[in-house]
Amino acid sequence: MALQELTYRDALRKALADAMTENPDVVILGEEVGRYGGAYGVTKDLIKEFGAERVIDTPISEPAIVGAAVGAAMTGLRPVAELMYVDFIGMTMDQLANQAAKIRYMFGGQIGVPMVLRTQGGTGRSAGAQHSQSLEAYVMHTPGLRLAMPATVADAYHLLRMALTKPDPVVFIEHKALYTMKESVDLDAEPLDWGKAAVRREGRDLVIVTYSRQLHYCLEAARTLSARGIEATVIDIRTLNPLDFDTIRAHVERTGRAMVVSEGVMTAGVAAELSARITEECFDFLEDPVVRVAGEDIPISVSTALEAGSVPGPQLIADTALRMLAGRVPA
Amino acid sequence: MYEADLRATAGQTMAGRVGAGANTRLPELYRTMRRIRTFEERVGELFVRGQSAGSMLHLSIGEESAAAGVCAHLRDGDSFTTHHRGHGIFLARGADPARMMAEIGGKEAGYCHGKGGSMHIADMGLGHLGANAIVGGGIPAVVGAGLSARHHKTGAVSVAFFGDGATGQGILYESMNMAALWGLPCVFVCINNQYGMGTNIAQATANPNLHERAAAFGLAAETVDGLDVEAVAEAAERLVEGARAGKPAFLAVSCYRFYGHARKDKSPYRDPVEEEAGRRQDPVAFARAALIDRGLESESELDRLDTEIGSEMDATIDFTVAQTEPPLASMFRDVYAPEEPEPEPVRARIDRVLARD
Repeated sequence: MALQELTYRDALRKALADAMTENPDVVILGEEVGRYGGAYGVTKDLIKEFGAERVIDTPISEPAIVGAAVGAAMTGLRPVAELMYVDFIGMTMDQLANQAAKIRYMFGGQIGVPMVLRTQGGTGRSAGAQHSQSLEAYVMHTPGLRLAMPATVADAYHLLRMALTKPDPVVFIEHKALYTMKESVDLDAEPLDWGKAAVRREGRDLVIVTYSRQLHYCLEAARTLSARGIEATVIDIRTLNPLDFDTIRAHVERTGRAMVVSEGVMTAGVAAELSARITEECFDFLEDPVVRVAGEDIPISVSTALEAGSVPGPQLIADTALRMLAGRVPA
Repeated sequence: MYEADLRATAGQTMAGRVGAGANTRLPELYRTMRRIRTFEERVGELFVRGQSAGSMLHLSIGEESAAAGVCAHLRDGDSFTTHHRGHGIFLARGADPARMMAEIGGKEAGYCHGKGGSMHIADMGLGHLGANAIVGGGIPAVVGAGLSARHHKTGAVSVAFFGDGATGQGILYESMNMAALWGLPCVFVCINNQYGMGTNIAQATANPNLHERAAAFGLAAETVDGLDVEAVAEAAERLVEGARAGKPAFLAVSCYRFYGHARKDKSPYRDPVEEEAGRRQDPVAFARAALIDRGLESESELDRLDTEIGSEMDATIDFTVAQTEPPLASMFRDVYAPEEPEPEPVRARIDRVLARD
């Protein structure tokens, strides 16, 4: 099929519509998903196509939205629960971490909870401290939950379609600053496997490991670095659980330098986990300490200047790489 | 509040039920309750013998009528969730007491292969979507099961069982609101044993008429005296059938928790006089007296039944003691689906990191 120009939002919507057409047990439930069309428009008009019994507008009750999805998934539906902002995940943490994540294990493998929790996070819309966080570490820290964070339009489509075939609960975190991003994609092309990292750029000097919106900042930084004679490999891990560490290891062993870039706060975050693993497993190959470039250990401000300053950007990523390779950069 | 209950039941006689004879389900309800009572006594014995896994054992002695009365109106395909005091409900739905006891003992032969135990026992075959150790945690799952029943037009109902303690949790109200809003086949059964751990319901709410809360959300809502299992069963029949027809319901069953919160709790926070009065509100003894009084069973027939049940439940302990613990390697199983790789053990990772050439 020919390439088509799609936004990240349209790709997500198409993934939901295609899954609902293919599988009559797929239902969506969440706040404003029906008549309103989703706070960010991802479910726009799906209610017209699939009806109010499959695109279910709920009261503002995040714990029960997730809890109902758990019960639905255990009794034969394929629910997609929507959490309007990942910042509300604390409201749902019992249903997510104590119920959805542990049911298969606690019950000795009798049943799984094949549900998807769609949500979005990150900075970029001056939305303040309670609507701008990157809380993926909460999810990654909970065994039993799968975690996907698409950075590209093609992944928005394919990862969501794949998430809807997985036997275990998947938390699917979109980035609010990517919804309007456009790409030409061929949705019929063979997608990359679930759980496989994407090497978005190859270079000999260092590896930058990242995901979600920071991928685009890393690629921008890599172009800057290239102009200075430094070639970076950029790995988009796409799914944080399962994590494709083999791809990371192979490239770190080849280049001997690694940087991990994440929008989430630095301390005890995803970057900390990745950095620890690279240090442990690639120790003999490393020329430099693994460097984390992550969100500041502070809440996000509504001021656009403070907001942008709170998270990594292309400049910080490029500057950090230049310092790591200081001895090798032509003056 | 509880004293008011006692006064109400003191004036109650069995006269109203005399002659209800031929079609009564009382013998069956009695048998279910006696099996629960005896099973729970054996659970206590397992604990005393040091054979139960963990220290968290919550007995439902005194609450048997809620399990027996409500489950009498559930059928194949229906589902339910329970709380941390849910052994009786599972038994009333047809659980094998030996596999239950083995699970409580943390043995491989248990319902969940020793991973769940008393508070996380479940069985999909019997529609048991899971016991829960989070107060109120199992409640919203019945809303999801209700959505499934509506979607697949199965006619099934889903019942959440929980204690009065869970009426302090917001998730109950979120769930009842959704069930009422969407007309789902859900029933919320509050087993009001008067205590959330050591806190009496009167110390936890200004309005202990719990059904009024459910009525405010638009559910059919009743409170019934748990001393009389037939009254519980009658109320349950109305409400369960109503729910099947799209009118979700709430039933509060008033009863008394005979013993402490968990096995080691001697309930020093309760007045002995209150405890004595509470234990007189015994639904098993009440049903037994009614069977004899109404000529449905003789004392000797009931003695024989009780002895049979005693032997059946004794055997669950022997069975459990003879079973093996799950193998250590099973620890990594069932975190994810069987076709997915198991998590890498910490020891294997350490070995890999330290294997320097």
